Amino acid sequence: MALFQLTINGQTKEVEADASTPLLWVLRDHLKMVGTKFGCGIAQCGACTVLLNGNAIRSCQLPVSAVGNQKVTTIEGLSDDGSHPLQQAWVEVDVPQCGYCQAGQIMQAASLLNQNSNPTDEEIEAVMNGNICRCGTYLRIKEAIKLAVKNA
Amino acid sequence: MSQIVKTKFGRRSFIKRSAMATGGFAIGFSWLYSCEQTPKMVLELPDEWFNFNGYLKIGDNGVVTIMSPNPEIGQNVKTSMPMIVAEELDMDWAKVIVEQAPLDTSLYGVPFISKIAGQAEAPRSGMQIAGGSNSIRSSWDALRLAGATAKDMLLQAAADTWGVAKDELSTENGYVIHESSGQKEHYGVFAAAASEVAVPEEVVLKDPADYKIIGSSKKNVDGLKIATGQPLFGIDVMKEGMKIAVMIHPPAFGMTLKSFNADSAKQMPGVVDVFQIDAYQGDTQNSAFDIAAFRDLVVIVADTTWQAMQAKKAVKCEWIEADDVKTKISFFGRDSYFDFPKGLESTAAQNEKLNAAAKANVQTARRDGNPERAFRNADRIIEKTYSAPYLAHNTMEPMNFFADVTAEKAHLIGPIQTPSIMEPSVAARLGMNPDQVHIEMTRMGGGFGRRLYGHFLVEAAAISQHVSAPVKLLYTREDDMSCGVFRPAYQATYRAAIDKNNVVTAFHVRAGGIPESPLAANRFPAGAYDNYLAESFTVKSNVTTGAFRAPRSNFIAAAEQSFLDELAEAIGKDPVDYRLELFDRAIKDPVGDRNDYDANRYAEVIRLAKEKSNWGTPKEGVHRGFAAYFCHNSYVADVVDLKVENGQTIVENVCVAVDCGIVVNKDAAINLVEGGTVDGIGTALYSGLNLKQGAPQQTNFDRYRLIRHAEAPKAIEVHFVNNGMSPTGLGEPMYPPVMGALANAMYQATGKRLYQQPFAQNLDA
Repeated sequence: MALFQLTINGQTKEVEADASTPLLWVLRDHLKMVGTKFGCGIAQCGACTVLLNGNAIRSCQLPVSAVGNQKVTTIEGLSDDGSHPLQQAWVEVDVPQCGYCQAGQIMQAASLLNQNSNPTDEEIEAVMNGNICRCGTYLRIKEAIKLAVKNA
Repeated sequence: MSQIVKTKFGRRSFIKRSAMATGGFAIGFSWLYSCEQTPKMVLELPDEWFNFNGYLKIGDNGVVTIMSPNPEIGQNVKTSMPMIVAEELDMDWAKVIVEQAPLDTSLYGVPFISKIAGQAEAPRSGMQIAGGSNSIRSSWDALRLAGATAKDMLLQAAADTWGVAKDELSTENGYVIHESSGQKEHYGVFAAAASEVAVPEEVVLKDPADYKIIGSSKKNVDGLKIATGQPLFGIDVMKEGMKIAVMIHPPAFGMTLKSFNADSAKQMPGVVDVFQIDAYQGDTQNSAFDIAAFRDLVVIVADTTWQAMQAKKAVKCEWIEADDVKTKISFFGRDSYFDFPKGLESTAAQNEKLNAAAKANVQTARRDGNPERAFRNADRIIEKTYSAPYLAHNTMEPMNFFADVTAEKAHLIGPIQTPSIMEPSVAARLGMNPDQVHIEMTRMGGGFGRRLYGHFLVEAAAISQHVSAPVKLLYTREDDMSCGVFRPAYQATYRAAIDKNNVVTAFHVRAGGIPESPLAANRFPAGAYDNYLAESFTVKSNVTTGAFRAPRSNFIAAAEQSFLDELAEAIGKDPVDYRLELFDRAIKDPVGDRNDYDANRYAEVIRLAKEKSNWGTPKEGVHRGFAAYFCHNSYVADVVDLKVENGQTIVENVCVAVDCGIVVNKDAAINLVEGGTVDGIGTALYSGLNLKQGAPQQTNFDRYRLIRHAEAPKAIEVHFVNNGMSPTGLGEPMYPPVMGALANAMYQATGKRLYQQPFAQNLDA
C-alpha cells in the first residue's frame, strides 16, 4: 500500500492503494467514481476508457503507480452538467440502449476529437473500433460524433 | 375505435394501492442520486404528491411521476411503458418523471402471456420480467388502464370542483378544460380531490388514431444520466461497509471442487475471508431460472475489488471429475428432471454425437401428406446441413449483485431480469420467508437472456450471510464467459424433393442440438407444402445452457432461410417471389390447421421489404440477400446489401421491414431494430465458443469475437407495417432473420454457400 496524489478532472485526489492497482479500480472503489466501467480487464472492450493528458487510455491496464501527475479526465469531468458537445449529441441522437459502454465510447470520441476535429467516417470507425457496444448502437455513435463536430 | 373497458384487471381492481403508500417507492432510489442533480436534470418538484395507483402519482404543480414496472435491460421499456400510461392520462410528456417501479407483483405483475421455452404456460399470477419480447405486449392493457382511470378521476374531481357535468369536460396535455366557460387548469389543481374519488367501474380507452405520445419518438429517460456517467447499474452500487466478493469456479463443465488451500490468500491485504459455498445447498435449486453451471464455489471476500482479485490468484484449488447429476427443476408447479452426464466434453466429440443422434435418435414432430413417397419419386433431391456453436451472452456489464443479509432480512440490489422468481429461491437458500427478502432492480448493462438465471443473487445472498456484512459479488469477464448459461450448439438438415417439372413436392427438416432441438415444427413453411416432415433430436450434456436472445429461432431462421434461397435457385425462381408463392398457398389453402403464424401478416412484411429495398432492381457492385422470419409474435423481413472492396465484404445497407403492431416509441424502436440487426450480423459472422475437455476455449474478448464499429453495416433502414394491431414485441424478432439474409448475400458476393457459423471462421468449410 502506498499514498498516491492524482489529478482527476482538475482536482487533486489522494488515494491509498497497492501500487499495482489499476486506475480503473482506484476510480471506482477508492474514489467512488463509477462512471468508468469494468468490462473485460484486458483492454479489449473500451468500457474503462479515460483520458490521460487528453488521450484515451484503458484504465484497467494502467497501474496507479504509473499515473504520476498526468491529468486524468473521466466521464464525470467532461462537463459539470452534460453540456459537452459529445454528451449533448449523445442525447440528441438518442444513442444508448443498455448504456453500459457509452461512457467509454464518449471518452474515446473525446480523444478522437482532441486529435482530429473533423474525422471522416473511416477515421471514426478506426479510432472507435476498440470500444465494443454489445447492443449494436455503432451507427448512432458515429452519427453523434459527427453531430458534435458540427455543433462544436 | 375507442374502447370501453372494465377497470377490474384479473382479480385485482385498479384501486388506489400503490407502492408509494407502503414506502416501497422511497426505498433505495436515493443511492441513484449520489451525485448532484442540476436544475436542468430535474423538473421543479411539487410540494405534495397524490397517489393514484401503483403506476402514477400527480404532484400539486401538475408534474407526474410514472413508474416503469419492468426491469430495464436496454430495450427501453423504461421510456415506452410510461409513454403508454401518459398517453391515456393525456399528459404533457415534458412534465413526466419516470422512476423504476419496485418489485411488487401484486401491483405490477401481469400474466406473462407466452409459452416459456416450450414448457407449460406461465401462471396467471403476475410477474415483473424482462424477457420473451413480452413487456409491452403483456402490460398493454394494464398500462392503458392505469392512465385512463387516473384521467377519469381527474375529470370527476374537476367536474365536482367547477360544478359542471363531467361530459362537458375534456383533457389536453395535462390540462382539464371546460370549453364553454373557458376554464382550464393543470392536473395538479385537482390531484388532491381526484385521488379521493372512487375508481370508476369503466373507462374509455383512446382510439389509436388519436394517439399523440404513442407512435411519437421520445428520448430515453435515462439518456442524460448515461451520457454523464451517473451510477445506474448493479455494478455501481455503493453501500457503507460493503465488501467485494469474487469467486473461483471449476475450470471445466463436469468438474467439481475437491479441496482448496487459502492460507496465503487469507494473509493478503484487505482480505476478509476465503471459504467455500454451495450456492444451492439443500433442496433449494428448483425453479426454471435457478440453473447454475457450478454450485461449489470458492469465494474470496476483500475490502476492494483489486485486493479480492489479487487474493483469488493465491488460492490453490484441487478439482476432480464430477459424477452424473440429476436435477429436479420445477417449471411453474410441474416437476421436470434433467440429466447432466459426467465427463469432460469437447466440441469435436460433441459434433460426432450430434451426427450420430441425427441418424439414430429422431422424433417426428409433424408429418403432413406422404413425404417419403415424394422423396422416393423425386427427380432430384437437395440436402444441406447447417450448424452453429455455443454462444456466450456477454452482456457488457458482467454478472454481479449486491446483498446485505442480516438475521431479520435480506436486502438485494442489482441487475436481474426475473426478480420476482428469484425472491423465493433467495429466501429458501437463506432459510427465510420470502417477505423477509427485498430485491431492488437496477438498470442492467444488457440482458439477452443471461440475467434470467439469477444464481448470482443466491450466491451473493449466501456470501453476505456467511460473512455477516453487505457484499457485492462480481464476476470477472472470464467467470462470466465460462459459467454458461450458453446458447446451445445446434445442427439442422434440410431436404427438398423436386420433380421433373421443377416443382417442390416435399420439404423435410431434421433439427437437433445440445441439449435441445431448435425445431419449431408448426412455423412456416409448414402449411405451405402438402408433403412436410419435421423431426428433432437431442444430445444430453453437462454444459449449462439456457435462453439466449430469440431462443432456437436464433439459429433455425438462418438455416431455414438459407435453404429456401438455395431451393429457389435450384428451381429457377427469385427467392422473394418463391416465398410469396408459398405464402399464397398458406393463405388460400393451408395444409393442416396448426400453422403457428399469420400468413397474411408474414407475406405483408415480405412485400414491404421487397418494395422498400427495390428488390429486383440490381445495383452496380451490390450483392443482395433476403430472409424473413416470425418469432416472439412479430414478423421481420431483411434485405442485406453487400459490397466487396479490396477483398473485404462490407455490409453497405440493411433494409428491415417489421410488423410488431403498434409501435410505441418510434425512434427507440428503430434503435432496437438497428441494434438487433448489428447483433445478428456479428453473431453469424464472428461469434462462437468451443470446448476442450469441458473447458471453454474462449473466455474473454481477445478470443471471443464480437462485432465492432468498423464491421457494422454502413446504413440500416427500418420500416414498420402500419396495421394498428396491439403491440407484439421487439426485443428479439429482428435478430434471427438477418443472419439468413447475410448468408444469402454472401453467396451472391462470393459464389459460396455458408453452412457453418460463425461464417468468418468457416469460409472454407
